[in-house]
Amino acid sequence: MNSLALSDEILMKIDKPARYIGHELNSVVKNPRQVAVRFAMCFPDVYEIGMSHLGIQILYDMFNRREDVYCERVYSPWPDLHKIMKEENIPLFGLESQEPLKDFDFIGITIQYEMCYTNILQILDLSQIPLLTKDRERDMPFVIGGGPCTYNPEPLADFFDLIYIGEGETSYDELLDLYIAWKPSGKSREEFLHEAAKVPGIYVPSLYEVSYKEDGTIAAMTPKYEDIPAKIKKQVVTNMTEVVYPDKPVVPFIKVTQDRVVLEVQRGCIRGCRFCQAGMIYRPLREKNVERLKRQAAIMLKNTGHEEISLSSLSTSDYRELEELIEYLIEEFGSKGVNISLPSLRIDAFSLDVMGKVQDIRKSSLTFAPEAGSQRLRDVINKGLTEGNILHGSGLAFEGGWQKVKLYFMLGLPTETEEDMRAIAELANKVAVRYYEIPKDQRNGKCQITVSTSFFVPKPFTPFQWSPMCTKEDFLSRAKVVNDAVKEQLNRKSIKYNWHEADVTVLEGVFARGDRRLGKAILKAYEEGSIFDAWSEYFDNDKWMRIFEECGIDPDFYTIRTRSEDEIFPWDFIDAGVTKEFLLREWHTAQTETVTPNCRERCAGCGARKYEGGVCFED
Amino acid sequence: MREVSALKIRIRFGKQGALKFIGHLDMMRYFQKALRRAEVDMKYSEGFNPHMIMSFAAPLGVGITSEGEYFDIEVLSTQDSKTALKKLNDAMVEGVQVLSYRKLPDTAKTAMSIVAAADYELSFKEGYSIPKTTEEFQGMIEDFYKNATEISIVKKTKKSERELDLKPLIYDFQVSEREGKPIFYLKVCTGSVDNIKPELVLSAMYERFGLEYEPTAIQIHRLDTYARNETGELVSLEELGEDIV
Repeated sequence: MNSLALSDEILMKIDKPARYIGHELNSVVKNPRQVAVRFAMCFPDVYEIGMSHLGIQILYDMFNRREDVYCERVYSPWPDLHKIMKEENIPLFGLESQEPLKDFDFIGITIQYEMCYTNILQILDLSQIPLLTKDRERDMPFVIGGGPCTYNPEPLADFFDLIYIGEGETSYDELLDLYIAWKPSGKSREEFLHEAAKVPGIYVPSLYEVSYKEDGTIAAMTPKYEDIPAKIKKQVVTNMTEVVYPDKPVVPFIKVTQDRVVLEVQRGCIRGCRFCQAGMIYRPLREKNVERLKRQAAIMLKNTGHEEISLSSLSTSDYRELEELIEYLIEEFGSKGVNISLPSLRIDAFSLDVMGKVQDIRKSSLTFAPEAGSQRLRDVINKGLTEGNILHGSGLAFEGGWQKVKLYFMLGLPTETEEDMRAIAELANKVAVRYYEIPKDQRNGKCQITVSTSFFVPKPFTPFQWSPMCTKEDFLSRAKVVNDAVKEQLNRKSIKYNWHEADVTVLEGVFARGDRRLGKAILKAYEEGSIFDAWSEYFDNDKWMRIFEECGIDPDFYTIRTRSEDEIFPWDFIDAGVTKEFLLREWHTAQTETVTPNCRERCAGCGARKYEGGVCFED
Repeated sequence: MREVSALKIRIRFGKQGALKFIGHLDMMRYFQKALRRAEVDMKYSEGFNPHMIMSFAAPLGVGITSEGEYFDIEVLSTQDSKTALKKLNDAMVEGVQVLSYRKLPDTAKTAMSIVAAADYELSFKEGYSIPKTTEEFQGMIEDFYKNATEISIVKKTKKSERELDLKPLIYDFQVSEREGKPIFYLKVCTGSVDNIKPELVLSAMYERFGLEYEPTAIQIHRLDTYARNETGELVSLEELGEDIV
């Protein structure tokens, strides 16, 4: 057993010491002295969140299949430990070996949401590695980023040596082999980065120069060398059935958010909701073979002992072999006390039947995500769900014994009017009315309709990337319109309304479509103590606003400004499959309140077909 | 409905090293998953969310290692003890070891309801100063425990403070020497009525002699957990079951 990096004294003093001791079931034990590459895989948030992330489990497994690589995990130390590590100068360590990250070859950081940017700097700082790529020396680890936020990595350009654009399964072998050849070669760090920039999907921010126009928008982004690509092509797995997937996921001791087997049934989405970045950047939709999924489910349940399995994808109802898969799972594991969890399922007769078999109806609630209250606005955002679908689905559910419904919406969507906002409350009321249509003796007291709204943030690589965002005041006044409208409804006592924080949404909006000039503000915020910005108890909006001012950054430039159609965006150097022409076409179609059919109905010519796989080549 | 007959099984395990930082509730979760991995034919409770029938003897505090932890389960069928032990140990992480797997009589009460005592070793961790010699500690124990008629302390809980006589709740208290360092042995009353933690006894003695008790300097290790038999003697919980052959 390895000795721990933290003393008993520290571990007895901090909250949840099990976050930092490793030794979990199925964590990989290797001799660090017998590998060529030590890779630290990091999710820059607390253990319970990070351990729930599927992507890291996949890559951890993939890296450790290589004999010459030892991949370990690392998560953000909670502020209680952060303070102690700073005071006592304890270097951040990998969970498996408990050895300092500064002795590793790579620190890979998954960047899942904008509000973790200061936590990235925390990881580097606690690792005792220079925060800026330009200050790192030859034998220091290379810091590489991946994940959805890398579809606009520019605000983080100063901190990352490398950024991997796309799905990790494809190019890492080539990158690692390149590194293994470079390490003993005596060549410089810059020479390695130059070579790495030629690996498909690898972006080296320091090798690109950005110039700006007088109005602050980008004039050009140019590679420093002629032999590295001007456009970085997103990496995509074409054969989802053959791709690596962990047989033995790591099983944490403490309860984490995703305390279950996660079975990824497909990647990508056919729906094309115009606000949704995941629906665009993971195109094309690629299904996994159902027989392989059955085998994987059985193996993972056996190797983990988990009592629950969750089917994961962006829209699981679109998986064509779903019925067969669920029947198998119920048949095979239902009697062994295994729960089946089905997030992101469309509510219809089939899904209700399945849920009735696998969940406790009285306790569970049904979730609909209409995203917009009116049909007009749902057409603008291309959300196929109609009022009829929702009322029909909730009606079936109510008759089946459910009485809790959750409805999710966004406020501040392009073209939204007061009528659209009020329609949110009205739709909730209609759902309640549908419940009270059931005769009194056949229903079980009151229904509970929970309406939640988040604020819309335009994201890169979506048709709404041109859209201005609302101000904080505007967001809050929209929430007030909904709140007032809820109070006017006949069934107001059955409706509960929650809305999201507005400050943090604005900051998210700044980073989502930000550029390299934001790096200095992120650095300053970290230096002034910002970490865990995604946690409301640690988020300090006033500090951020002051720092923007001190850095000469106008947040409005990134959020509420109307972008012209020919503007060069900071993320335009990425070829994400979907073309800018397609996105612009969708942006125009949105204005005409017209729905674009999904990929299986009719190809919209988004550009993802060039990956030569998935839904583009079905049948 | 026909009652499915179930067998009662008592499992003894130990945990050491880094695993001492895994709390009691997390150990329960750990074993629920481990029993599935080992394919133990568990009996589940009735109802919509069936759960394993499982009962732990005496929760162990975070930071304490042990070789005398117990929990009882009910199974629908079982393999012999040797096979079951092997399967369970194959499903363990490094640092947790299953030590016995024994069948209980059908009438047996749960471990939790009969726990009466536990014994411990308390040793000095590497790098901490030891305030007295083994001999000096021996003298202290004579005074504090063996020759005392009453050991009056104030027991503080989150809600209240109460005066308590420790003397009848301490069943044994000794010190010996191992690897040149003193090591204490303590057997104390354990269970839902009077639950005495070993550090309470040691810190009370330190206080009596004006020594400062530093909790992190001491490694506590539980050796075994006991119940009383018909004649009132303390017997290891393990002895109430028998190996399946």
